[in-house]
Amino acid sequence: MSAAQLSDFEIVAREDLSPATFLLEVRHPMMAKAARAGQFVIVMSHAEGERIPLTIADFDRARGTVTLVIQAVGKTTREMQQSCTVGGTLYGLVGPMGVPSPIGQARKVVCVGGGLGVAPIFPQARGFKEAGAYVIAVLGFRSKDLVFWEDKFRACCDELILCTDDGSAGIKGLVTEGIRQAIEKHPDIDEVVAIGPPVMMKGCAEATRPHGIRTIVSLNPIMVDGTGMCGGCRVKIGDEVKFACVDGPDFDGHLVDFDDLMTRLRRYRSEEQAALERWSEQCRLMAAADQKEQPAPAQAKR
Amino acid sequence: MAAKKKKTIRTIPQQRTAAREQEAAARVKNFAEVTFAYDAKAALVESERCLMCPDQPCVRGCPVGIDIPRFIDAIAQKNLRAAYDVIAETNLLPAVCGRVCPQETQCEGVCTVGDTLEPVAIGRLERYVGDNAIENGWVNNPYIEPNGMRVGIVGSGPAGMACAADLAKAGCEVTVFEAFHQPGGVLRYGIPDFRLPNAVIDAEIDNLRKIGVRFECNTLVGRLFTIAQMRDEMGFDAVFIGTGAGYPSMLGIPGDSLNGVLSANELLTRCNLMRAKDFPNVDTPMPLGRRVAVIGAGNTAMDAMRVCLRLGAEKVTCVYRRSRTEAPARVEEVHHAEEEGVEFHWLTAPVAVLDDGQGGVRGMRCVRMELGEPDSSGRRRPVPVPGSEFDFDCDQVVYAIGTNANPIIGQTAKLKLDKRGYIATDDDFATSMAGVYAGGDIVTGAATVIEAMGAGRRAARSIKAYLGLGATLPGASPQALFGIPPGERNYVRVRIA
Ligand SMILES: Cc1cc2nc3c(=O)[nH]c(=O)nc-3n(C[C@H](O)[C@H](O)[C@H](O)COP(=O)(O)OP(=O)(O)OC[C@H]3O[C@@H](n4cnc5c(N)ncnc54)[C@H](O)[C@@H]3O)c2cc1C
Ligand code: SF4
Ligand code: FES
Repeated sequence: MSAAQLSDFEIVAREDLSPATFLLEVRHPMMAKAARAGQFVIVMSHAEGERIPLTIADFDRARGTVTLVIQAVGKTTREMQQSCTVGGTLYGLVGPMGVPSPIGQARKVVCVGGGLGVAPIFPQARGFKEAGAYVIAVLGFRSKDLVFWEDKFRACCDELILCTDDGSAGIKGLVTEGIRQAIEKHPDIDEVVAIGPPVMMKGCAEATRPHGIRTIVSLNPIMVDGTGMCGGCRVKIGDEVKFACVDGPDFDGHLVDFDDLMTRLRRYRSEEQAALERWSEQCRLMAAADQKEQPAPAQAKR
Repeated sequence: MAAKKKKTIRTIPQQRTAAREQEAAARVKNFAEVTFAYDAKAALVESERCLMCPDQPCVRGCPVGIDIPRFIDAIAQKNLRAAYDVIAETNLLPAVCGRVCPQETQCEGVCTVGDTLEPVAIGRLERYVGDNAIENGWVNNPYIEPNGMRVGIVGSGPAGMACAADLAKAGCEVTVFEAFHQPGGVLRYGIPDFRLPNAVIDAEIDNLRKIGVRFECNTLVGRLFTIAQMRDEMGFDAVFIGTGAGYPSMLGIPGDSLNGVLSANELLTRCNLMRAKDFPNVDTPMPLGRRVAVIGAGNTAMDAMRVCLRLGAEKVTCVYRRSRTEAPARVEEVHHAEEEGVEFHWLTAPVAVLDDGQGGVRGMRCVRMELGEPDSSGRRRPVPVPGSEFDFDCDQVVYAIGTNANPIIGQTAKLKLDKRGYIATDDDFATSMAGVYAGGDIVTGAATVIEAMGAGRRAARSIKAYLGLGATLPGASPQALFGIPPGERNYVRVRIA
């Protein structure tokens, strides 16, 4: 193993999983070799960009790539949705960060992914399967047309419970309903692993608490360095303060103070909103300017 | 030294030569450097103030033992290049150290002139020489004969930079790995532009590149590969760990996790490294407080306060549980912060951060302190005055109360740590793993730039000995040229660039 040039990481594949979710496969052979389920990276898309944490959704040691699944919600991620194309590069990519998820003795596990958590739960599900566990996946989407990776999960899970808000695919309801059904059918579940928006993870922790099932959640607070140096990612776990980037990102869901996490995630909401509006306006102006420059296409029916 | 007539304390210029500064009212509106460099005339006058004491107390006061009288004499002889050569024997970063060293407790603190008058402005002279070296592109690059040894350095702060420089000059192939996307450590992400401009750091990094040091950023050692892998699989013959302190302490008082409470490290990293002060032209948002309370009185606290003022805060308050004399910051920084309008609450301890009901900060509750019996550090221990609690309004609270050991290397390598979690080393900076050395804040806990640099250099010397690269002499040898002791193999081939 020798040190490759560690800058400008090439995007080798892209897939649009839904109107707001896209996948990037990025070349980084060393990281592909080092990555373990549950770890994350920090990405800077360009030199003026912010450092954003993204959970590693997959890694391919043979191809030397890591896969990131990104939901376009704020300015940075929407801009990436436009600018990140195959052959392009990411300015910064550092990781794998965080303590890998302990994929241990559990014999029967439920892997829960909702929204942006569906992709990152995948390596965990696969890891548990490889370790010989019976794996039940519970995946939550808003509706049928947002569903992705169903086949990928089916290939490595013993059961899959698909949940949609409107019932257009699988069962109608939230992932907590899926967990309820899984527990009902399998009273011997050892562990539940849940990744998704904080409200969802909170719901999962509440769903398992009465049954005393160990529940691991992966927290996604605001981060800057990801090396334990700034404390921006601190979370309350029981009566302790932990830094998610180096002490986590996995924690015992029954001890996490989710309300605190959700409040802290809103820290820069007004700045983020302003940045998004400003960027959308710039895009609109640019599109308008483009239109003016180009003569109206002949096919345009007006 | 060609001292023509004997100087005495009565014949030298009595006043310390002032350095021009930006006016406080103007400078709080910009991030440009506060203190201007000496010009040639000022440097010459100040150099006249050095008495060339035979016992050289200042040299002993300097953690790396710069031959201070000799470089000052060279300035007096108007031979700046010679002055630079003297400093470069022991100090890799004069432009940095001249700006950020706590001279009042080091060289200037023991200067003989200081017994009677104000001490010689050693730091300002050093900076003058360092800036001239950068401006003129002076570097003392020896002729380097590659020796085939490869050394990996973890962390690009002053400890890593110094270690890298010495090993590269000895002919090793050196690669520095840095977790951030830019090298420099605290110099880059912590210390703001108005104290240490980025251009200075860039110049020093460039100098290292010129002697063949490779910088690999975006590399989190421990997680991307381990220390053991560096040694056993990646072909590094030795490793130096200089990952710095980190993991800022929180107070553990009510309100710690409110939005609006953040560590100075976060504030400074956003502002300096991520340039969030230019938001929204860059994407990283900056937490802006109108009324800011900063807890602590070290350099980090002063930097945080002065950054907040420059970002437009109306009022910045410093809360420190001891008195001004115990403040660990450089005297000049406290003075500058006072000039810029920071309100200091000395002998005051935080009790709680007050909640605005929406997850944000409404104010602080503090208690007055008085000094009691001396504690283990020899400083009088502050004790709360009963019934002296008071509240004040603020919407942002910045913690600058120190750091704990960064856990990543400890989590991922079988290295012996001390009881606080810092890496344990012997007197030669060797860790418990063969061929692996460590120094700087990750060994000592948060300290200073010059101490980190000194540790990096001494570790480099141990590494050279470990790799069998020539006998090395203990202590800085007065004849050492460019920091390379005479016994070392490439000494005779040194060529002045
Ligand atoms: C705001 C502030 C102001 C200061 N002001 C002064 C001053 O005026 N004067 C003074 O003398 N001292 C000052 N100090 C202290 C001084 O900066 C430090 O003592 C010094 O920088 C320590 O150097 P270092 O090389 O040990 O570590 P650092 O400078 O902390 O550098 C460590 C580097 O290692 C990197 N790293 C960490 N972990 C890993 C990893 N696992 N893999 C790869 N890279 C990693 C970090 O990102 C960092 O860049 C200040 C400190 C701060 C925070
Ligand atoms: S390096 Fe620091 S202590 Fe040494 S002479 Fe320069 S200012 Fe003084
Ligand atoms: S992101 Fe800075 S400490 Fe975790």
